Order: sequence, then C-alpha cells, then structure tokens
Amino acid sequence: MNMKVLLDYDSCHGHQMCAIAAPEVFGSDEIGNAKVLITGEIPAALHVKVRRAESNCPERAITIIE
Amino acid sequence: MTDTQKPVTDITTDYDIFAPDFIKNPYPGYTEIRESQCPIAHTERYEGSWLPTRYDDVVAIAQEYETFTSRQILVMPPAAGRSEGPYAAVGAPPITSDPPDHHWHRRLILPVFAPQAVAQYEPGTRDLCNALIDEFIDKGVADAASDYAQHIPVRVISKMLGVPLTMEDEFTDWVRGALENITDAERRIKSFRSIVEYFIGEVQSRAANPREDDFITQLMNTEVEGKKVPIEYVLGVCNLMLVAGIDTTWSAIGSCMWHMAQHPEHRKQLRENPDLWPTAVEELLRVYAPVTMARIVDHDIEFQGCPMKAGDRVLMAFPAANRDPRQFENPDEVILDRQNNRHVAFGSGIHRCAGSNLARLELRVALQTWLERIPEFELIDPSSVTWAGGQVHGPRKCMVKF
Ligand code: HEM
Ligand code: SF4
Repeated sequence: MNMKVLLDYDSCHGHQMCAIAAPEVFGSDEIGNAKVLITGEIPAALHVKVRRAESNCPERAITIIE
Repeated sequence: MTDTQKPVTDITTDYDIFAPDFIKNPYPGYTEIRESQCPIAHTERYEGSWLPTRYDDVVAIAQEYETFTSRQILVMPPAAGRSEGPYAAVGAPPITSDPPDHHWHRRLILPVFAPQAVAQYEPGTRDLCNALIDEFIDKGVADAASDYAQHIPVRVISKMLGVPLTMEDEFTDWVRGALENITDAERRIKSFRSIVEYFIGEVQSRAANPREDDFITQLMNTEVEGKKVPIEYVLGVCNLMLVAGIDTTWSAIGSCMWHMAQHPEHRKQLRENPDLWPTAVEELLRVYAPVTMARIVDHDIEFQGCPMKAGDRVLMAFPAANRDPRQFENPDEVILDRQNNRHVAFGSGIHRCAGSNLARLELRVALQTWLERIPEFELIDPSSVTWAGGQVHGPRKCMVKF
C-alpha cells in the first residue's frame, strides 16, 4: 500500500503531537509548527506511526493519502 | 452572602466553579453537566457565564475567534480598577490579543518556544529538580506540591527571562494573586501592578546597560514594520510569561505527582518501558489538564441552542473536554500508551499554548528525576491534600512519604 501525508499548514498550530507520534515523518519548523520530513512515499514500516500522528493532531491538520 | 457561599441547587443552571468540592474535584460535576439535557451549563454567579463541557463544543468555541473573542480570558470579570491607572494598556499578549494584532503578538515569541529552542533548558531543569530533591530526600517525607512542583517552572522562567532567581517567592505570590485568589479583587490588582512595576525596572536597567542574548533585551529590540515594538507589548509579554508559564505548569506537575503517588503500577510501567514517556506525558496532560480559559461573546448568537448575548463570558473547560467519552475511550482512566489522543490541555486554534514544548519538557524531567531518585512513595493522608481550582487546577499541599 502506498502512503503520503499532506499538511494543512494554515490549520497547524504547533501542538507537535505529530512529531511525538512519528518523529521520522514530522518535525518542527523555526516557529514550532509541523514540518513534513518525508514528502514522498512513506516507508511501510512507518505507516502505523503516521496513522497515530493523524489521530493525535487536535487541529486535524494532517491528511493521509493512500 | 457572596456567590461562593450559596449552595448549588442545580449544577446546569447554577454551577459554582469556586465551590470547595468543585475546586477539589471538578470531574463529577463536569460529567453531570456533559451528560445532562444541557451540556452547556449556565450560571448567574460571578456576573454570569456559560460552561460548555463536550469536546466538540469547547473546540468549536476555541476555533471561532471572531465570535468568541479574547477581550477577557479569565474565568472571572476583571477586578474593579483594572482598566484605570498608568498600566491599563498592559495586557498579556498574545493571550489577550485578537486578530489582526494577535498574529504578530504571537509570531514574535514563537521561535523561543520551538522544540529545538527549548531543548537547551533540559539539563538546567534536571539540575534544579535534583537540587530540590537533595533538600528532602533524607527526611523520608516531602510535600510534592510545595517542596517540589511549585519551584520548578518559576525557576525555569526566571532563567529564560534573564532575571534573578531570588525573585522566586515574589513571582509565586504575584502569580497566585493573579490566578488563584481570583475572587480577591484587591489582591489581583496588587499582583498585576507588582508584576508590571517589576518589569518596568528590568526594562529600564537594560535600557541603561544593554545585555546580550537575554529574552527581555531581545523583545525590547524587536521591530515590527520598521518600528520598535511598544513598551506595553514588552511588559505585557513579560507579564504573560509569569501568569501563563508558572502556575499552569506547576499545577500539572503537582497533579502528576499526586497520581504517581497512588499508582505504583504506572511507576513500574514507566521504569520498565521508558519509551512510553512521550505518550505518557500527553495522557497525563489529558487527564489532569489544569487550565480553563474564557472568551467574551462578540455578538448575539444561538450556539448549540443556547441564546448567547454580546458580552457574555464563556468558559472553555478544557479539563471537561478532555474527559468526554464521545472523544476518548474510557476517559477517566489513565492509559499511558493511549494511541488516539487529540487532547486539548493546551487549548486549540490560534491561541493554542505557545509554551507547550517547554511545559512538556518540564513535566517529563520533573517526573523522571523524581522517579529515578524516589522510585517508591505514597500519599501520607489522601484527605489532607489541598487544591487550587477555577482558572488553574492542581494540588497545593500533597504530603508523601518514602
Ligand atoms: C502544563 C502547562 C501549561 C498548560 C496546561 C497551558 C495551557 C494553555 C492554554 C489552554 C492556552 C490557551 C489560551 C486560550 O485559548 O486563551 C495557553 C496559551 C498560552 N500559553 Fe500555555 N500552558 C502551559 C504552560 C505554558 C508555559 C510554560 C508557557 C511559557 C512560558 C506558556 C505560554 C503560553 C502562551 C504565550 C500562550 C498564549 C498563546 C496565544 O494566545 O497565542 N504556557 N496555555
Ligand atoms: S499535531 Fe497537528 S497542529 Fe500539531 S504540529 Fe502536528 S500538524 Fe501541527
């Protein structure tokens, strides 16, 4: 299964829950909002973590495309 | 009789967030309201307010900043005299700001709170936690709230601001005056004036003798659209650092200590599986969310069937939202590896806590350091634990033995 993530930067308010759940995929920019570290295909081994990142974001700023 | 002394007859029409039982343990009251016909309760006490308790309602209000404004953000109306005198224009930006100014008020301070920026405070925080523990570890008893939790955030913030640690007792007293003893109007005003006057002194001393690399100096030198930021902004941000960063975080640390004292199985789980720390911290923040914030309604609207009027106060009970069973499975249970946790202990939307990465760091380091050095401990007498509540909820006396 292929997976990519999309971040709606305008909705992101820097909770950093995504980076806690999936640090390989989400980091922080200079003001503490999310930065997507893997913009292409997400390796299968990280899919569970990415789903957790999505389901922990209070602003619902993350969309998973598969 | 004052508003706090009248007994509550019906919690959905007459709640009292300062009733002694509610201060101690607000959760049964939140549940009663949340599961009633009126999940958005109303009270006439303290000049009136609304109290939404469901996750979706609290989040919707936090998101709708045009309808629910931050003209006032405390759970009580401002103390008489707050809008008079020389400091009336000093607020607590960005928390008291509305768009469009909110954007730059917030944007300017965000870089110092990014995860990579706050990481530098970890070793210092660990050292100060160890120093506090050194004071009481040989005694076999300690007050986890007033000997430990209470001293951590105030020292971290002092260091961050670049002001002497000797101010600890004053800062603590002023913050409690501003947030905890909120029904005492005179003390609120006095605390606010003391904070502003203290920082006027700090600003003046920096103007005379510039310092490098110090938060207050950086603020003073910040420019927006080619002009230095106004002095009210500098003082307001310093005020905010104290009132938003101290009582909140120490309450969270205190509640977590109170929890750990009663849950040996959670201490063991963390000892055996340190990878759990990140989710454990979020779960503890969910269950023991300390902060309730208010909004002022901008124009008459009907919100979820409630006829809200312009000027009404709405209390965003994040602690109630975080225990809504519609959003969280087994909401009253602490599940250290909870997988789905969109908690809103830090709020939601444009005002979401700017200091959350620092708060998490302090909470994790405070708990880790204690658990490493004092792995086994328990409450001496659960009934002797005392609490603060209303705006910020957490234990104030919490004796443990080890
Ligand atoms: C566990 C500890 C903390 C909790 C639970 C907490 C909670 C909150 C909440 C709920 C808000 C939203 C206010 C609103 O919607 O009106 C907020 C805002 C804020 N907090 Fe925290 N906070 C904590 C610690 C801190 C610390 C340590 C700092 C910094 C020193 C801080 C700085 C701020 C700032 C600057 C804002 C305003 C953001 C804005 O209006 O854009 N907080 N906090
Ligand atoms: S959890 Fe959501 S709001 Fe928070 S940083 Fe990640 S994407 Fe942004």
